[in-house]
Amino acid sequence: MAARLNANIKDAGSAGLLAFAIFAPFLGLRLHGTTNGLILGYRPELLAIAVALTIAARFLVLTYQARRVHAGRAAWRADKIARSGKFVAPILLICAALMPLIPGIANFYIDLGVLVMTYVMLGWGLNIVVGLAGLLDLGYVAFYAVGAYAFALMAQDFHLGFWECLPLAGIAAAVWGMILGFPVLRLRGDYLAIVTLAFGEIIRLVITNWVSLTGGPNGIYDIPHPSFFGLTFNLEGGPGTFSGFFGLDPDPKQQTTYLYYIIFALALLTNWVTLRLRKLPLGRAWEALREDEIACRSLGINLRNTKLSAFAIGAMFAGFAGCFFATRQAFISPDSFTFIESATVLAIVVLGGVGSQLGVALAALVMIGVPALLQDLSIYRMLFFGIALVVMMVIRPRGFVSTRTPSIALGKRRAISGEMVSEGHG
Amino acid sequence: MAYALQQLINGITLGMIYGLIAVGYTMVYGIIGMINFAHGDVFMVGAYVGIIVLTAFSGMGLTAVPLGLLVALILAAGLCAIYGYTIERVAYRPLRGSFRLAPLISAIGMSILLENFVQTSQGAKERAIPSLIPGGITLMNENGFVVQLAWMQIAIVITTLVVLGIFTYLVTKTPLGRAMRAVEQDAKMAALLGIDTNRTISMTFVIGAALAAVAGIMFLLYYGVIDFYIGFDAGIKAFTAAVLGGIGSLPGAVLGGLLIGLIEAFWSGYATVAYKDVAVYSILAIVLMFMPTGLLGRNDVEKV
Repeated sequence: MAARLNANIKDAGSAGLLAFAIFAPFLGLRLHGTTNGLILGYRPELLAIAVALTIAARFLVLTYQARRVHAGRAAWRADKIARSGKFVAPILLICAALMPLIPGIANFYIDLGVLVMTYVMLGWGLNIVVGLAGLLDLGYVAFYAVGAYAFALMAQDFHLGFWECLPLAGIAAAVWGMILGFPVLRLRGDYLAIVTLAFGEIIRLVITNWVSLTGGPNGIYDIPHPSFFGLTFNLEGGPGTFSGFFGLDPDPKQQTTYLYYIIFALALLTNWVTLRLRKLPLGRAWEALREDEIACRSLGINLRNTKLSAFAIGAMFAGFAGCFFATRQAFISPDSFTFIESATVLAIVVLGGVGSQLGVALAALVMIGVPALLQDLSIYRMLFFGIALVVMMVIRPRGFVSTRTPSIALGKRRAISGEMVSEGHG
Repeated sequence: MAYALQQLINGITLGMIYGLIAVGYTMVYGIIGMINFAHGDVFMVGAYVGIIVLTAFSGMGLTAVPLGLLVALILAAGLCAIYGYTIERVAYRPLRGSFRLAPLISAIGMSILLENFVQTSQGAKERAIPSLIPGGITLMNENGFVVQLAWMQIAIVITTLVVLGIFTYLVTKTPLGRAMRAVEQDAKMAALLGIDTNRTISMTFVIGAALAAVAGIMFLLYYGVIDFYIGFDAGIKAFTAAVLGGIGSLPGAVLGGLLIGLIEAFWSGYATVAYKDVAVYSILAIVLMFMPTGLLGRNDVEKV
């Protein structure tokens, strides 16, 4: 016991040394720009705090790790979590459906719900590509951008409304999914990842630089909000508006609630299509492709069609989400479609547990909802986001929900460990 | 002709910097098969350490530029090596052997973490230093267009070549290099033969990070302006270079870096600057369409 304590103290001490080296130039010193060039400021107390915190954290981690959980107990705990998991999905669904109707709820929370739900939908859409077909896509945001710009441009140039454009935006994104899917048919794994990333960047750069079409970095303004069977929402009320027609007091919450239910329905549609597709030959082909591409080809599955359809369907849902994003914001610019968005959506999928629909929804709630609530800490928000990504991956590399129910099984279907599923091998 | 020569010089200088970063990507990929997204940010950290050391030097009233640069180079390489070691230890080692996307997300998290760490601790403003090695050789003067080979460019190319030379010696001639190549080929077998794989992998990260730090200093010298976001662009370009050259292949990484640098320079010179990155990425896609494992990559036969 004493020996272990000794070892722990030593280890924490060397962690402190590393921390000193790492933090010294950045926390201990500070560059200040002056008219005569740069000068250095010193902050030794900040450095000391950071090093002390690191030593304490390392020591705690070591002490905690020493307490091994008994294997039987761990299994019992996992089983209990799996059992209660059955109720989590319906309860979440009901909460999500009723959330905007809670009396007295602030508009802010409904708006946050809209944001979270958008990411749930994007996560489910990407789950088709990454989770089902096993194609690692780092440029998913490209299709989101295509959907958003398709709607914004049609609204600007042809004065079309949200509902006419929604399917068109989805189709546009799906077509782009196929166009970008063709060149990468032969690529695997990380080659695929980097090329999809490159496509995402290409689309963003083209949007930024093609000023005559897209307005460039200034973006597109005044994108119309969706109407409710021809009724619009505004704060003046009066005939032809939602509040006027139903004789209600105009309230910004009405529009937010309406937007919330639109994205809720779109997200559920994504989920339903995914669940149905898993039962169709196409979905089975995707899963076979994920498990083994060569075996798949030997069994006569058309790889080209299978891959392209995964890209196209995944892209289509991103296009719907993009179209919704444009109508919600009423303003879009290329800044909304950077790599960090793709990374966030992928992080949601992986953190939730690749292939698990419930996990993705939970991860979106945690990853998008929690940072949005921490607005006071806005400059540290991304810092915490980065730390959270690393910590959560290290603790649960398989994601929140680490079991899967196979789409097809001999006899009774049982949940299996995510370890048995080989996602992302492209 | 004169214009093309100038673009060639600029392209090679830029390509050297990309090549240095790309080597780090390709080494890590070769040895543990993961995309180290945080590598570009280690490069950025290197550039920041450089600017801090140089500022400290001028603050102390020392004016010897070569000495300052040498100290900056050594300190940046040393500190970034510690960064590389720590990143591997904290974010990647616990995930070794776990499923493939986990280290990728962890690496993206690390990248976001480093960017925002530098942003919050040093401020989001761009930091600039005056040009340290002004002047150069005039190579050609064609109708008033002067082709200049700046001393700084010569310094960058020479430093890069020296560093790459040391690195090549390290990988091909030393026991550590042999261990690295062995782990790359078959980690389990290497472990059975008594190679400490954990240590070897750590050393890979340390070396890669030190190379990135050198690239960071070169970037600082070349452009004179850095901010906390430079790691992202340079990282993606360097990774593109590594993939273009065939990921896992060290000469491929340098070749890819040079190609990317040249494409960028010539595209900015003869077409539009705005679309230079589009050109880089498009050429990557086109090359991979016809050579799915890059220019010098091995084509591993996969069995079922």
